[in-house]
Amino acid sequence: MRLELSMTVTAAFFYLFATITIASGFMVIASRNPVQSVLFLILAFVNAAGLFLLMGAEFLAMILVIVYVGAVAVLFLFVVMMLDVDFAALRQGFLQYLPIGGLIGLILLLELILVVGTYTIDPGLVRSPAVPIPSADVMTNTEAIGQVLYTRYFYFFQAAGLILLVAMIGAIVLTLRERVGVRRQDISKQNARTQETAVEVRKVPFRQGI
Amino acid sequence: MVIGLGHYLTVAAVLFTLGVFGIFINRKNVIVILMSIELILLAVNINMVAFSTHLNDIVGQVFAMLILTVAAAEAAIGLAILVVFFRNRGSIAVEDVNMMRG
Repeated sequence: MRLELSMTVTAAFFYLFATITIASGFMVIASRNPVQSVLFLILAFVNAAGLFLLMGAEFLAMILVIVYVGAVAVLFLFVVMMLDVDFAALRQGFLQYLPIGGLIGLILLLELILVVGTYTIDPGLVRSPAVPIPSADVMTNTEAIGQVLYTRYFYFFQAAGLILLVAMIGAIVLTLRERVGVRRQDISKQNARTQETAVEVRKVPFRQGI
Repeated sequence: MVIGLGHYLTVAAVLFTLGVFGIFINRKNVIVILMSIELILLAVNINMVAFSTHLNDIVGQVFAMLILTVAAAEAAIGLAILVVFFRNRGSIAVEDVNMMRG
C-alpha cells in the first residue's frame, strides 16, 4: 500500500516535471521576446533537474541548476539585453519556414517515437554494467561519480577542463577590442618623458610671435 | 503506474524535436537558435541519465557531465561570436551572415 502510494507520487511528479519541461521548451522557440525565451529556458532546465532527481541522479540535477541556470542562462540574458536588436523585425519570415520546419520536426518525432517504442535492451547489458551504481545507503550519488570520474575517467576530466580553458580564452580573444581614439593612461610612456622632450623653451622675438 | 525508461526517452525525444524545430523556424534570430541547441543537448543529457539509471551503470552520468561541460563552452563561444558579429554588422539575422560569400 505504502509502496503503491509512493509509486503514484513518483508518477505524478514525473508527469508534472515532464509537462512543464516540454511546454516551456515549446515556449522557448515560440515566444516573441527573446528575454521570455531565456526565462522559459531556465524553467525547462529547472524542471529537467527535477526529472534527474526522480531518476536518482542528484549530483547532475544540482549541477544542471548551478551551471545552466546560474551561468549559461544568465549569460544568454546578458547578451539578449546588451544587444540593441529590433526583435520584431527578426520575427519576419516566421511563417515562411513553418511548413518545412513542421514537416521535418514531425518526421523526426515519428522516427524517434518508433525507436523508443520498439527497442529492446540486451539482457547481458543489464547484467554487466561497466561501473555499477552503488546503493544509496552505501554511498551518495556524488561520491559514486567522484570515485569513477577521478580515477577511471581522469583524462576525460582533464580534457573537459582544457575545453573550458579554450572556451574562456576564445571568448576573451573574440570580444576584446582595441578602441582607437580613446585617451588611456600609458605609464611607461609617462615615465619615459624627460624635461627636454616635454617642455620646449623658445626665445620669442619682440612683436613677431613664434 | 510505473514510470520506466520509455517515459523518460519519450520526454527526451519530444524535447529534441522541439530543439530541431526551433532551429528551423527561427531562421533569423541566432540567439534563439543557440537556445535550441541547448534544448537539444538537454534532451541528450536526459537520455544519458535515463539509460544510466536504468542499466545501473554510473558511467552514463559521468559522460552526461562531460556533455554539460561542452554545452557550457559552446554557449560561451557562440555568444562571443554573436557579440562580435553584432558589433560588425549591427544585426543578428542569419541571412546577413554572407561576408565570405559562401
